[in-house]
Amino acid sequence: MSIMDYNGSAMVAMKGKNCVAIAADTRLSQQLCTISQNMQKVFKVNDRCLFGLAGLATDVATYSKELKMKTNMYKLTENRDIKASTFTDLVATSLYEKRFGPYFVVPVVAGLDDKGDGEYEPVIASYDYIGCKEQSYFACAGTSQSFLYGVCESFYKEDMNPDELFEAVSQSLLAAMDRDSLAGWGATVYVLTPTEIIVKNIKTRQD
Amino acid sequence: MDFGNDLDFLDQPEFGEPDFFTKAPIELMGPTLGLDIHQNEADFEEADINEDIGEIKSEGFCFKLAPDECPSEFARSLKHLGPKLADFKHGTTTLAFEYQDGIIVAVDARATQGAFIASNKVRKVIEINEYLLGTMAGGAADCQFWERYLAMQCRIYELRNSEKISIAAASKILADICYSYRGYGLSMGTMVAGSDLKKGAQLFYVDNDATRVRGQLFSVGSGSPFAYGVLDTNYKWDLTTEEAIALGIRAISSATHKDSASGGVVRVYHVNNQGGWTKIHDQLDVNEDHYKFENSKGLRGDGKEGFGKLKL
Repeated sequence: MSIMDYNGSAMVAMKGKNCVAIAADTRLSQQLCTISQNMQKVFKVNDRCLFGLAGLATDVATYSKELKMKTNMYKLTENRDIKASTFTDLVATSLYEKRFGPYFVVPVVAGLDDKGDGEYEPVIASYDYIGCKEQSYFACAGTSQSFLYGVCESFYKEDMNPDELFEAVSQSLLAAMDRDSLAGWGATVYVLTPTEIIVKNIKTRQD
Repeated sequence: MDFGNDLDFLDQPEFGEPDFFTKAPIELMGPTLGLDIHQNEADFEEADINEDIGEIKSEGFCFKLAPDECPSEFARSLKHLGPKLADFKHGTTTLAFEYQDGIIVAVDARATQGAFIASNKVRKVIEINEYLLGTMAGGAADCQFWERYLAMQCRIYELRNSEKISIAAASKILADICYSYRGYGLSMGTMVAGSDLKKGAQLFYVDNDATRVRGQLFSVGSGSPFAYGVLDTNYKWDLTTEEAIALGIRAISSATHKDSASGGVVRVYHVNNQGGWTKIHDQLDVNEDHYKFENSKGLRGDGKEGFGKLKL
């Protein structure tokens, strides 16, 4: 079993109209044995940007703190919050800093860029563990990645509103987790809109 | 009855009756049943393995071996040569225990290939015949094939001897097969549970190392440590059948919760002391059982007590 699959995770992010969503399971395991059902895998950068980390749990904890430090430093020097699209580049470069001794994490970033006139550009990015950025309508990571790609292809529609987006992301995650023995045991969905971050725990299978 | 050298006896009205068969000359039954007939005990003991011509002949089967310098080594190394292919089915939780009114057999239903859940509706209890059950852990094909073969051997025993085979003897047939294929990479961890009129319900554990032990309580598979935890704390000989069934379900549900390679549904069978078994639950969703049980303890079931919404 690869080190990337040691703790298990399912993570998905999707674009909507003036909104984005990111969802992750909450399981922490050591290979086949479930240790916790309350692991936090999605973190907040600011009110316009969230990121999730799939992969090795110890590196998830460390790397999330490192990104927190970097964004705090950015805010102190620039005197403003980092833009989501800028943050996606920060993640890529900071992963490549560790090119020869990488963190075993696969980040997924979901954010909104202010275009003015009350319009927002949804930003979704995913990476490999040494920082190759890929931007798309949706992003998938974790042990369930391949299953997630399949379901996301069929659930994704253009210009979804927050409610539709929540439904699409939740259903994609639930369907993928049902085929992955290493992910599940609870899931949390975060929908980012210009005015609020909606957080919902969804009920999942417990086997 | 005189059969001579022809097969006229096939047309006689008594054909097929147990008594009829026991009187037939054994050499004649071979071609009729399409079998190599074991005329003496020695046939059972060891497979005729001829690696020069690349085949194993045993039990009336002829398994072709790989055209390799050392075929048995090849069979063993299959796991490394094609890990995904040879990784048919590993995660499992199966359990069986004897109690005052027979045996309860309970199993989960998940099949995994690596981390991929191939199915949540697998049948891991093999109904060998109307008084024997076998459970399945390890290689699905190995368990299924050899337990079906065991069913045939048990029927032949019945026809020859006009009486049902004992559970001890039936489990020994399976153990002997495992012994003769030792080192060839068979993978099976099985419990043979059955009931005869002489000794009532009996439980045996048989695995691919040819281990065969009679016991009161067994659990086999990746989830077995979790199942043992529940079983050992709640098991007693005097359980009523209702309590015993509930315990079996509880143990499997708990195991499927912690062990990610087990899950799906629970299937429960009861082997009675009167020479038969009944299916109690064909499929009970472990997820529903988990939430029901946790709620009955006043818990939410998702393990998020005191956490509320995750902070960002």
